[in-house]
Amino acid sequence: MSGTLKGGPPVEHIVEMLNIRKEFPGVVANDDVTLQVRSGEIHALLGENGAGKTTLMRILFGLYRPDGGTIRIRGREVRIADPNAANGLGIGMVHQHFQLVHNFTVTENIILGNEGSFVPDLAGAARKIGALSKRYGLNIDVNARIEDVSVGMQQRVEILKMLYRDAELLIFDEPTSMLTPQEIAELMGIMKNLVREGKSIILITHKLREIQAVADRCTVIRRGKRIGTVDVKETSQQEMASMMVGREVSFKVLKKPASPGEVVLEVENLSVLGSRKHRALKDFSLQVRSGEIVGLAGVEGNGQAELVEALTGLKRPLSGTMALRGRRLNPLSRRERIELGIAHIPEDRQKHGLVLEFSLGENMILKNYYRPPFSRRGFLRFDRIREHGERIIGLFDVRSGRGVDSPAGDLSGGNQQKAIVGREMDGDPDLLIAVQPTRGLDVGAIEYIHRRLVEQRDRGKAVLLVSLELDEIFNLSDRIVVVSGGEVMDVVNVEETDEDEVGLMMAGVRREGGR
Amino acid sequence: MKRRDDILVTSLLAVLLGLVAGALLMAAIGGDPLEGYTFLIKGGLMNIERIGNTLATAANLTLTGLSVAFAFRTGLFNIGAAGQMLAGGLCSTAVALLVSAPRPLLLALTILAGFLGGALWGFLPGYLKARFNVHEVVATIMMNWIAYWTVYYIVPARLKGAYLETESALIPAAASLKTRWLDALFEGSYINLGILIAIVSVLAVHILLKRTTLGFELQAVGYNRHAAESAGIRVERDMVLSMMIAGGLAGLAGVSFYTGYASNMQIGVLPSQGFDGIAVALLGATEPLGVFASALFFGVLHSGKGFMNAMTEIPPEISDTIIATIIYFTATSVLIGRLWRGWRRKNAKRRAKASPEGEGA
Ligand SMILES: Nc1ncnc2c1ncn2[C@@H]1O[C@H](COP(=O)(O)OP(=O)(O)O)[C@@H](O)[C@H]1O
Ligand SMILES: [Mg+2]
Repeated sequence: MSGTLKGGPPVEHIVEMLNIRKEFPGVVANDDVTLQVRSGEIHALLGENGAGKTTLMRILFGLYRPDGGTIRIRGREVRIADPNAANGLGIGMVHQHFQLVHNFTVTENIILGNEGSFVPDLAGAARKIGALSKRYGLNIDVNARIEDVSVGMQQRVEILKMLYRDAELLIFDEPTSMLTPQEIAELMGIMKNLVREGKSIILITHKLREIQAVADRCTVIRRGKRIGTVDVKETSQQEMASMMVGREVSFKVLKKPASPGEVVLEVENLSVLGSRKHRALKDFSLQVRSGEIVGLAGVEGNGQAELVEALTGLKRPLSGTMALRGRRLNPLSRRERIELGIAHIPEDRQKHGLVLEFSLGENMILKNYYRPPFSRRGFLRFDRIREHGERIIGLFDVRSGRGVDSPAGDLSGGNQQKAIVGREMDGDPDLLIAVQPTRGLDVGAIEYIHRRLVEQRDRGKAVLLVSLELDEIFNLSDRIVVVSGGEVMDVVNVEETDEDEVGLMMAGVRREGGR
Repeated sequence: MKRRDDILVTSLLAVLLGLVAGALLMAAIGGDPLEGYTFLIKGGLMNIERIGNTLATAANLTLTGLSVAFAFRTGLFNIGAAGQMLAGGLCSTAVALLVSAPRPLLLALTILAGFLGGALWGFLPGYLKARFNVHEVVATIMMNWIAYWTVYYIVPARLKGAYLETESALIPAAASLKTRWLDALFEGSYINLGILIAIVSVLAVHILLKRTTLGFELQAVGYNRHAAESAGIRVERDMVLSMMIAGGLAGLAGVSFYTGYASNMQIGVLPSQGFDGIAVALLGATEPLGVFASALFFGVLHSGKGFMNAMTEIPPEISDTIIATIIYFTATSVLIGRLWRGWRRKNAKRRAKASPEGEGA
């Protein structure tokens, strides 16, 4: 797998990380990982959330010291003590979260920490940066302030920062997670320009589509171990996905046709005030039956958040009624609704879903700590709490360093989400409101959570899915409610429509002969 | 488990560094540090009477420390322990002076009144925070001054003794926390039932935080009010409740101080124990048992400094300096903790290299 291609000339590696090991308390983040990047290639590093990708790159960038293994740059063994040393070796990194000073200009940000003298030559620097921007097609205004430019532009500033420091190897850690589809396409173009000009790139991602679009080779790691390195041209997305997850994955959710029963959730003429004191939801009506998944499709900010807040009791509606199995919800408190059988997978798992400082086990009883069997006469029963937590993390495959004792904040995003899904599905709620249940997760976790939602449906429960991803809506829903401007545009059966039609309605265009 | 070890080490290191800094200071002004510390500790623990005084001092500090620590654990910063202590002291002094009842009942009423007075002083900042998002630091500081002036006017108007305008009447023996058996046991020191109130409170708060559903809920609100709210917890009510409990604990410090330690109430003083409580809570890592231990330690420093001053040339302010240094080091404990963990890791590596088995843990 390394050194030379069969029969070809010797291949020059710009970076070789050999048998790298790195431990954190309770987890082996990298276990004997080897990564060899050839000069002038785009090398993808693929793995689920928590697989150890960022850790490996932080080692290469001098942010972590490895516990074992060797690193070679252009064949020479090196020790990388800190990011300055990495810069000196021609390694640059764009982090998952940008590191820019917001009220500085592009030029000031780029020369920051690299001024050379006390009086920086701003004009000279701006000229050099402008030339670099042109050469690589970055299209940047060097005098713009960071706070005035888009996220995609900020990312290009980070790229320029690396180029300005003469980086030869550029590391991108999940660069597309915050970009729009348009910006993603542009970034892919920039990466291709970079390698054409002789740079080498390591691209961390868990999106197979992007790998297929730009990468030459791909190294897959799973749970800290290297699974293999493949040639992207000769490997299908399906194969890479299986390597990453460790089993066959299907992108389509297999489900039988729904057999909806009686109405579980009935919303009638609901109006809700939004945060800017406007009516965010207007005369909104909706039904969800037992045994079906209803998808709420819409562009962000069209009243979905307000609907969920009204349903879960976080916000009082202006008018209209909500009922669960005929029981009026309007006067009930949040807790009473939970007890009645409404579960909620919140959109922001860290803000609304978990207490990060609490252990995983404690988070699993966040909604029912006061009820038997978890408490008796006001006292917690730790044995029962532990059993309960262990059961959920077993059932939902939640991985953490110390089981139920791990602080929730130590878990990777996917595992946090699985824990929340587990908690919310436990106790068989009549209605499950799932808001963006797979945002930011990798294919393995997405597939898993989708399967669970369908299972919930097949057990005769009602599921209301709120998602901004049309893929997800179409994959899971039996019926789709399209919302635009806080109003129902239409309700359609999933077999009788397609993404284009729903997309148009999301934009506010009513269907011919619609309601 | 590991976390608790680290915290303990951090606190002990902070104490050690504080003592070293004190020694350097003593040496710098020409004193003999060894002699200084000998007398400081002797002053706090030399005989049974002095031990009694140390415990009496520690009782007040435990209760204010507990108040700050409890608020901290539920996500609130209580700067108002001094005012809550005054409010509690005022209510309990009023009961002690104005109510006549058999001693056990009277004591129970005094203590209850003190708790409620402090709780009332906690209620307002809690309510302002929950309803109007007024920061509790601002509100509790203002409440300190409201308590100060309330005492200033109510004591002379309603509770003053026969002669002095600036003090309340002396607490009658029947209502005082001083008891004959403790007096006898500790040979006439300041010690009083306050120490029992403190110990019971430490245990109660420990159990509340670690074992009860209420403690679980209050801490959940403290760490992440949004997640707590989503889980159906009544966040606003809980914030008010947390602040009331914290205030009540400081109110108990008022009971212990004014009807036990001091035997009456002076006007025009914001009790320093209220602010020392912040230091006690920090050094105790906001753990109830840690608070008790750190209050005992501060108690020794406080009650030993007079003796040290009498027996040597070293001024009593040295002991305040030590306290200040310790606070400083506890506040920078993050750094100390990191140094300690780094050192331990290095050591572990050296050991791992020494033994051929390597990584076995
Ligand atoms: N600084 C850290 N301290 C403790 N554990 C960490 C730290 N950084 C990462 N981990 C753990 O190491 C594993 C790999 O994490 P990471 O490299 O961030 O994964 P990826 O980038 O592939 O999602 C995870 O289990 C994560 O919880
Ligand atoms: Mg990562």
